[in-house]
Amino acid sequence: MKKLIVLSIVSSLIFVISCAKNEDEVNRPLYLDIPNSFPKPIYNFDNNQLTVHGFELGKKLFYDAGLSIDGSVSCGSCHQQFAGFANLDHDVSHGVDNCFGRRNTPVLFNMIWKDDFFADGGAKHIEISPLNAMVDPCEMANDINNILAYLKKKPEYQKQFKRAFRTNEITSQNMLRALTQFMGSFISAKSKYDDVKSKKANFTPEEEKGYQLFIQKCESCHKEPLFTDNSFNNNGLDLKYQDLGRALITTTATDEAKFKVPTLRNIEVSKPYMHDGRFKTLEQVLNHYQNGIQNHTNLDAKLKQGFMLSNKDKIELLAFLKTLTDNNFLKNPKFSEN
Amino acid sequence: MKKILFVMAIAVSTLSACKKNEVEATGSGKLNFEFENVVNNSALVLNSQNYTNALGESFNVSAFKYYVSNIELTKADGSLYKVPENYFLIDQSVASSLKYEIADVPAGDYTNISFTIGVDSARNFSGAQTNTLAPENGMFWTWNSGYIFVKMEGSSPASSRVDKKLLFHIGGAKSPTNTIRKTSIALNPNVLRVRTDKAPEIHLKVNVASMFTGTQNVSFGQYNFMHGGIPAVLIADNYASGLISLDHIHN
Repeated sequence: MKKLIVLSIVSSLIFVISCAKNEDEVNRPLYLDIPNSFPKPIYNFDNNQLTVHGFELGKKLFYDAGLSIDGSVSCGSCHQQFAGFANLDHDVSHGVDNCFGRRNTPVLFNMIWKDDFFADGGAKHIEISPLNAMVDPCEMANDINNILAYLKKKPEYQKQFKRAFRTNEITSQNMLRALTQFMGSFISAKSKYDDVKSKKANFTPEEEKGYQLFIQKCESCHKEPLFTDNSFNNNGLDLKYQDLGRALITTTATDEAKFKVPTLRNIEVSKPYMHDGRFKTLEQVLNHYQNGIQNHTNLDAKLKQGFMLSNKDKIELLAFLKTLTDNNFLKNPKFSEN
Repeated sequence: MKKILFVMAIAVSTLSACKKNEVEATGSGKLNFEFENVVNNSALVLNSQNYTNALGESFNVSAFKYYVSNIELTKADGSLYKVPENYFLIDQSVASSLKYEIADVPAGDYTNISFTIGVDSARNFSGAQTNTLAPENGMFWTWNSGYIFVKMEGSSPASSRVDKKLLFHIGGAKSPTNTIRKTSIALNPNVLRVRTDKAPEIHLKVNVASMFTGTQNVSFGQYNFMHGGIPAVLIADNYASGLISLDHIHN
């Protein structure tokens, strides 16, 4: 009997000890809630398993201004959650030393369905997409070796990298993978539009008319359910562009002044609009399509035939576009700075 | 009858003995690489040394750095060994980067070696990489993601730039700006004799000047500053056959 008691005490002690150990070391996997209506993601975390600690490390990195050369700008400085992780009211991004970038800050969500990034598609993989902002002299203006040295010096990063990736070495690959775990988890699919599609809500008559107009006039590029077909197009902003857009990447003349079709999800909150942020309001955007289209050599064929919009159409389209605002995502504390 | 059997037995044993001789090299061994960067017949000395291109324009070199990857070794019988996961990054300013060793090469006599100058297309687009392919090595474009395969920087009085600088960042893995080039070197009559107890060393010469001649002579007045794009294809076509050559082998 005694033996049995001793044995059970010892074994329960071992159990307690191993539990305590696990508590600290275990890294639980995280699973994304992929919307049924969405296609299969392009990035699937196969080589970068999504975990609690990986996600948390990514979040810390995302909101750490220490990654910039002078400690003044974090990823989150220009990618604000309430603006769909775009930069509210900034036509172009503002980096260190009040340097103005070339382009409007893009939204960050539903990124695992994108095959390339930036308005010109220059970054071709989600994992390496943060690098340009880190080194661009008008953004964080840093050097990857500096960033790694900064991370290696901080005990809390040493601890968090170890927990997330089970290695004592802090590498750029793990830094980028952690950031990808965080940003790749941004999924926006709970707007009123989504509720209507899953029969949990109804459009108002005005929204419904706007939706029908959208299908006729916008859907071919802003394809549902992601509201972009990920193509590059010219929408006739100017006759001559300073920014060559897609052609900077492909060096092909027919790609000049073409830019990535942006998603329209959360468009209401991610102003200003266009690659250079020239339009401050959605009304201005619709006015452009109503009567501002310039006949650029590479103007999209669908826009060449004209874009007939009445003032009433614009009001209805606006009403529909606002159903794409996803407050569940925009206010999700999981993604907010701690 | 017995005699015939006896003869056959001898014949069989002779045959198998022959076979044994052919496959005598078993196991695996190491192979060493040494890269010697040159400008035509002169050793490459950064900054202080002046050289001339095929058009007689003077230039100097402040940086010379490149990837050699996807090494393949071929035996006389045509059998091929592809070295897995090899991405050499050679940097003239880092002495330790001029020598590489690969292990686990199947023993045998290799008569041909081929490699990619640059990084294969897949690795250009596979996300965050490590070691020599890590972005902090300064060979990764962040604005148009992909690797710089060959980087040459320097200056020339012939450069049309005010600062007289030369900057040739050659890369691009997609048409029409694909600069991935493969090169193959026949070692004949020499061979690389890899054995479990013998690690041969192959000494390769890498000629900076080959970037500026070959299919087209490059004038620094016309070309002096590029990061990928169509002009980079011209440079890659130039160096495809002339960049790397065999100097000698130690067996």
